[in-house]
Amino acid sequence: MDSTVVSTGTNEKTWGGGNQPLKSSYGKMMMWFFIVSDALTFSGFLAAYGFSRFKFIDYWPIADEVFTHVPFLHGQELPMIYVAFMTFVLIMSSVTMVLAVDAGHEMKKNKVIWYMFFTIIGGAIFVGSQAWEWATFIQGDYGAVQTKGGNILQFGTYKTIDGEDVFKRVAVEDFTTASHTERTQHKNKNGLWFVDEGALPAFSVSDVLHGLEAHPEILVRTQTINEDGEKTVLSREASLAQVKNNGRRYVKGANLEVNEYGAPLFADFFFFITGFHGFHVFSGVVINIIIFFNVIIGTYERRKNYEMVEKVGLYWHFVDLVWVFVFTFFYLV
Amino acid sequence: MATHAHKLEIFRGLIKFKSNTQKIWGVLLLLSIITAVEVVLGVYKPASLMTPSMSPFEGGFWALLCNILFSGFIYMKSLNLIFIVLTIVKAYYITWDFMHMRDETKSLRRLVVWTTIFLISYLLFILLQEGGYIESVYTNGFVKRDF
Repeated sequence: MDSTVVSTGTNEKTWGGGNQPLKSSYGKMMMWFFIVSDALTFSGFLAAYGFSRFKFIDYWPIADEVFTHVPFLHGQELPMIYVAFMTFVLIMSSVTMVLAVDAGHEMKKNKVIWYMFFTIIGGAIFVGSQAWEWATFIQGDYGAVQTKGGNILQFGTYKTIDGEDVFKRVAVEDFTTASHTERTQHKNKNGLWFVDEGALPAFSVSDVLHGLEAHPEILVRTQTINEDGEKTVLSREASLAQVKNNGRRYVKGANLEVNEYGAPLFADFFFFITGFHGFHVFSGVVINIIIFFNVIIGTYERRKNYEMVEKVGLYWHFVDLVWVFVFTFFYLV
Repeated sequence: MATHAHKLEIFRGLIKFKSNTQKIWGVLLLLSIITAVEVVLGVYKPASLMTPSMSPFEGGFWALLCNILFSGFIYMKSLNLIFIVLTIVKAYYITWDFMHMRDETKSLRRLVVWTTIFLISYLLFILLQEGGYIESVYTNGFVKRDF
């Protein structure tokens, strides 16, 4: 190396190679730089979410009213509980990961194996919970009517609970009966093969209107947030007029196009951000499994260091770190 | 690897752990407490925290400067400010103790953390400012959004 340029002799120590000014190995440093760029990607998504939310600050869905479900506790409204559980699972799997790294420093192979195993289990529980959360969100619970302007009208009624009038949501199915319609769904087998139509809505807007007329206690709630930070509930006359004049179609659940909880953008960002994060968790689990088997067959024991565990550990902690922010900005703020 | 040393104190030396394992459990306890506080606050939403804790300053240039400086207190519900601060505290402990940033050299730490924080703050400022501007156009301009 020194044969071409002889005069660098005095700088040999610094520029001769093999010098580590950051006292960190190449692999670890590259993992850090990847994490920086990935952090910027995620913050791009979250900032875009903030942008859209600021844009529709008075019309945005209230996350507490959207994510209220917990598995096996059907019909109960428990906002945040399940997400808190998911957060805890992820933090816990972060802890077992850092314990695996620690055991790796001490060259204790069996401890590394067990801690990595628990980390993988934690990640799997988290991804499963995420899938359940998606399924619940896609399925929806109360149903709503979308207006011509693309806004959402939800239904509910005032109930007296502990001497206080509280607005409780009512499912559209509970007061509406579907009328017989002649319209048939367009399927590609009986028409143009490249044109397909999604499932027809369960009710037409006039069905909902008839149901609403027959139940005088039911009122419409709009997307607009009032001074008390709650969604505006319309009077009975205004409720009927809204559905009659502006109602376009019945929607239930959420997808990329419509969202019974409010702005479709909310659903889009939910799918995009939690989906991208879930994909990170999934790939983290896969990488963890690979390293897990490498530990078992003794690759790092022969290599006499467990730095690989440390590198996937960094990635795994980063996934946890991102979730901390997603949790705050999607579910809390 | 055997000589790998960990810095074992958190809270600027207020708590010093005996071993790295003990520190990990200590940090887990801290993170769990913070998450529990967030969930409790998020579920009950105390009415006293649902408004900003300061009102905007009135007047000229200095008032404007103070409004920017204290924007977190003026334009944000206290509850949301608490959530954001707690999140950053959690992020700090995950990075410093789980990702061992505490044990890296100062230069590696700075080049990762400062770069990220600068770029994210810049991005957030621009996008949120623009979002707020568009909202004001929708609200004050002749734009009808429910028809």
